[in-house]
Amino acid sequence: MSQEQFEPKVVGFLCTWCSYTGADLAGTARMTYAPNVRVIRVMCSGRVDPQFVLKAFQKGADGVFISGCHPGDCHYQDGNTKTLRRHRLLSRVLEQYGIERERFRLEWVSASEGAKFRKVCDEFTEQIRALGPLNFNGNGGQPHERR
Amino acid sequence: MSDAKPKVAFYWCSSCGGCEESIVDLAEDILKVVAAVDIVFWPVALDFKKKDVEAMPDKSIAVTFINGAVRLSEQEEMVKLLRRKSGLIVAHGSCAHLGGIPGLGNFWNKETIFRRAYHTTPSTDNRDGVVPLEKSVVDGKELSLPAFFDTVLSLNQVIDVDYYLPGCAPPRDLILNAVTAILEGKLPPKGAVLSPNKSVCDDCERNETKPEKMTIKVIKRPWEALLDPKTCFLAQGVICMGPATRTGCGERCIEANMPCRGCFGPTDQVFDQGAKFLSALGSIIETSDEKEIEKIVDTIVDPAGTFYRFSLPTSILRRRKMEAIR
Repeated sequence: MSQEQFEPKVVGFLCTWCSYTGADLAGTARMTYAPNVRVIRVMCSGRVDPQFVLKAFQKGADGVFISGCHPGDCHYQDGNTKTLRRHRLLSRVLEQYGIERERFRLEWVSASEGAKFRKVCDEFTEQIRALGPLNFNGNGGQPHERR
Repeated sequence: MSDAKPKVAFYWCSSCGGCEESIVDLAEDILKVVAAVDIVFWPVALDFKKKDVEAMPDKSIAVTFINGAVRLSEQEEMVKLLRRKSGLIVAHGSCAHLGGIPGLGNFWNKETIFRRAYHTTPSTDNRDGVVPLEKSVVDGKELSLPAFFDTVLSLNQVIDVDYYLPGCAPPRDLILNAVTAILEGKLPPKGAVLSPNKSVCDDCERNETKPEKMTIKVIKRPWEALLDPKTCFLAQGVICMGPATRTGCGERCIEANMPCRGCFGPTDQVFDQGAKFLSALGSIIETSDEKEIEKIVDTIVDPAGTFYRFSLPTSILRRRKMEAIR
């Protein structure tokens, strides 16, 4: 796939209390932003099991971001700090899988930050576009198309 | 030999031999097994050849125990042959079940493994730069070797597997239970891992010493700390895979004052053992400060190799991206 034709596939996990509401605000304010993000709404950014992120990459995502409430604002007190720790751990593991750190981002977007949500989507999509397609083939080029 | 006895076979692929040892370790109980069955193929102990297996009617072997991961074309060929000849296939041990220690080769590929093994290890003396070739000619005769795959595969990524005996190596009581269940026809649903579906912590004696709110500030490797023989390893700051690992092992490592390394793989509810452990560890790091978190995370020497020590080939991503290997 040539670089011009490449449209990044981005998966965004948004917590329902802050970031999803922020995304909603961007929508109701009729802001335009990169349409590449596939939004998945979760109750808390802390609900994002690292397995979800790996599965997204395996299923063809070129980039994944998680967005939650700002530190101190978590609806469940400390779900977002758990996400922060898991993000740093998983970023290191992803590097060992050969997936660049830049493909996995953590952002804090509050319910009033529609403009920030737009900025995150635009910036992250362009960052992934610059990196190019991930083309992760977990089979390692072997003729074993199983599972 | 009476034809009435069920036929049993054993085979090994990419493994260390410990799983063969686990069968020998049945000690006097192996005599009961031998009395109840005919062993028709067991390369490590008995002199049968591939052609003997080929000559058997399809499905004539009641059960074949295969240990080891699949790394070579020869292993793929043999397990496909044994699948055809066997009624049941049991993946015996971590390598057949999950990919195991050889599966850590999935952070590399054939080229880099060969470069390391035949050229750059300090103990290598290979001035002519000879490497194994699939085809070579010696004295006018063509010789062949099996192909070496870039990716290590678990047994179920190559053939249909009926049951899994977990462990590195599987403990004696689980093997005996499995053999008895098969002989008596009391079989669990196909695809079952023949060990209880709960975590090591559930059975661990040290569970009682777990503080109400578990936190880790410094992550230590087992040799860096004088480990208390009674206290939960995680509470001592040592990575123990117990929370993300299936029980049934008898906690042999923990009794020897070594943390769980995860050889039994995950429970049925989990797809990816490493990710699940990472998630648990993320919950207990004792700080919410970004810089401090990064400092603690950076002290883990080889996170993927630690969390996926036995399960990389059966993880969600299965291997390092080929293009990222240099």
